[in-house]
Amino acid sequence: MARLVVLGGGVAGHTAATFAAKWLGKEHEVVVVTPNSKWNWIPSNIWVGVGQMKKEEVVFELAPVYKKAGVIYKQAKAVSLNPEGKDTSDKPFVTIEYTQEGKVGESEDVEYDYLINATGPKLNFDATPGLGDGSGQMGTNTVSVCTAEHAVHASHELEKCIQKMKDGERQKILVGTGHGTCTCQGAAFEYIFNVEHELKKAGVRDMADIKWISNESFLGDFGMGGLHMKVGGYVVSSKIFAESLYAERNVEWLIGAHTSKVEEGKIEYELLDGTTGEETFDFAMLLPPFSGVGLKAYAKDGSDITESIFAPNGFMKVDANYDAGAYENWKASDWPKTYQSPAYKNIFAAGIAFAPPHLMSKPMQSPNGTPINPTPPRTGMPSGIIGKAVAHTVCDLITQGEGAHLHEASMAEMGAACVASAGKGLFTGTAAAMTVYPVVPDYDKYPGTGRDTKYTFGEVGLAGHWIKHVLHHMFLYKAKLKPGWALIPE
Amino acid sequence: MSIEEENFQKNDNFKLTMLPGAFAKRMRTCVVWQFIRFMVLNIKMLIVVSKSH
Repeated sequence: MARLVVLGGGVAGHTAATFAAKWLGKEHEVVVVTPNSKWNWIPSNIWVGVGQMKKEEVVFELAPVYKKAGVIYKQAKAVSLNPEGKDTSDKPFVTIEYTQEGKVGESEDVEYDYLINATGPKLNFDATPGLGDGSGQMGTNTVSVCTAEHAVHASHELEKCIQKMKDGERQKILVGTGHGTCTCQGAAFEYIFNVEHELKKAGVRDMADIKWISNESFLGDFGMGGLHMKVGGYVVSSKIFAESLYAERNVEWLIGAHTSKVEEGKIEYELLDGTTGEETFDFAMLLPPFSGVGLKAYAKDGSDITESIFAPNGFMKVDANYDAGAYENWKASDWPKTYQSPAYKNIFAAGIAFAPPHLMSKPMQSPNGTPINPTPPRTGMPSGIIGKAVAHTVCDLITQGEGAHLHEASMAEMGAACVASAGKGLFTGTAAAMTVYPVVPDYDKYPGTGRDTKYTFGEVGLAGHWIKHVLHHMFLYKAKLKPGWALIPE
Repeated sequence: MSIEEENFQKNDNFKLTMLPGAFAKRMRTCVVWQFIRFMVLNIKMLIVVSKSH
């Protein structure tokens, strides 16, 4: 009997664990270690953050689902890896610390034959003074929609803000990125339009000044270096597409901005040209930057080998080309295919947990040397596809032996769909639906745009909005492992 | 006042982009047209998904 341990129960980890349990059956063990007791469909946190959905509609308890799947579930966080075992045993293990009620703080060494690191990101609020509380949690100056709890808090704060507008008090709303190296601009992009939609619905839009602040060097970069998409028969830059959406809604933008400090009602920022400035706000949703969760690794003799397994940002090194050098030398083939650790062949990373070889956007910094560029997005559809491919590989290694084929899921050969809704009503909302293929631009194959414009398109309307509703119900259904779940694509 | 006359005057950045006219805006919420687009978008997204696995 072999044991696969999956660290993390988000999109990548949950997909990997559930498929591995299905494919391996009862002959082998699948263990999930995740600090959360609930699974969260994060894209719908946006609706929770504007009060259009309850937290309970975007989360569910993991324990009964894993029981049904035959997965051993440990509500705990991984602390360190010992990929060579310890002095008394060669068996590799991961040290975990329980977060489950009644066992908080207890630790355990969980041995494994194969390990999938799908820990997702650490929400690094403290990277910006005032964005965090100094102990790694979100501070009190701004709100976030990164977790369901954060989104509930954001919704309450927004409600207060709307009430003030109803009482005749003009409000300034700021949405975007809270640091120069943030990713997931798409989430903030969707949130700002939902806020704008809610203000219109409440009849107070004319009482609010709404502003976007972002580390993108141009609007519509989205951490992917922008994209050219088919829109209304034209091939259009995402810059034009995004600017049009903002202008239509009378939302101003400030781009190329590194938020350097947050205080109550005020942020300080530095721009790509080196100038600095301040923005005041009454309500601000600023995303934190991501980093790895801070797993340590130790050799058999107890020496620290963290640097050989993890990149300096805490994400796990995999089969990517980390020596590509300058922007001009970057290639789609730099991106990983199998997500296998080069140091230990029985360790894989999936989703946000793998270290990208470099950015997708053009690297930028201010004359003061402050990096101001989005880091690559690896959430949603790519996370699910990578999780499934890695699970497939591990199952084949277990059942067919070490010579088994390693399955590939390069982000340079995979597409992604992004639906940014505004509003939730079936006939009152709209959405900007976009697909991009491939996620990582491939200028060898597509020298002009880096992407296949047959499959890279954008459209605004109810249709995209309905798709967002379908995705919400479909992915929650799939994650709950209801009948036919495995047939639903990632 | 039309959206272009109202919004283009608000901000220099706004002037350099495009805004949807009345017809484009109507089509975004026209249920019959959007149902057709829903089917088309689903098919296109399924093609992208199938190419990605």
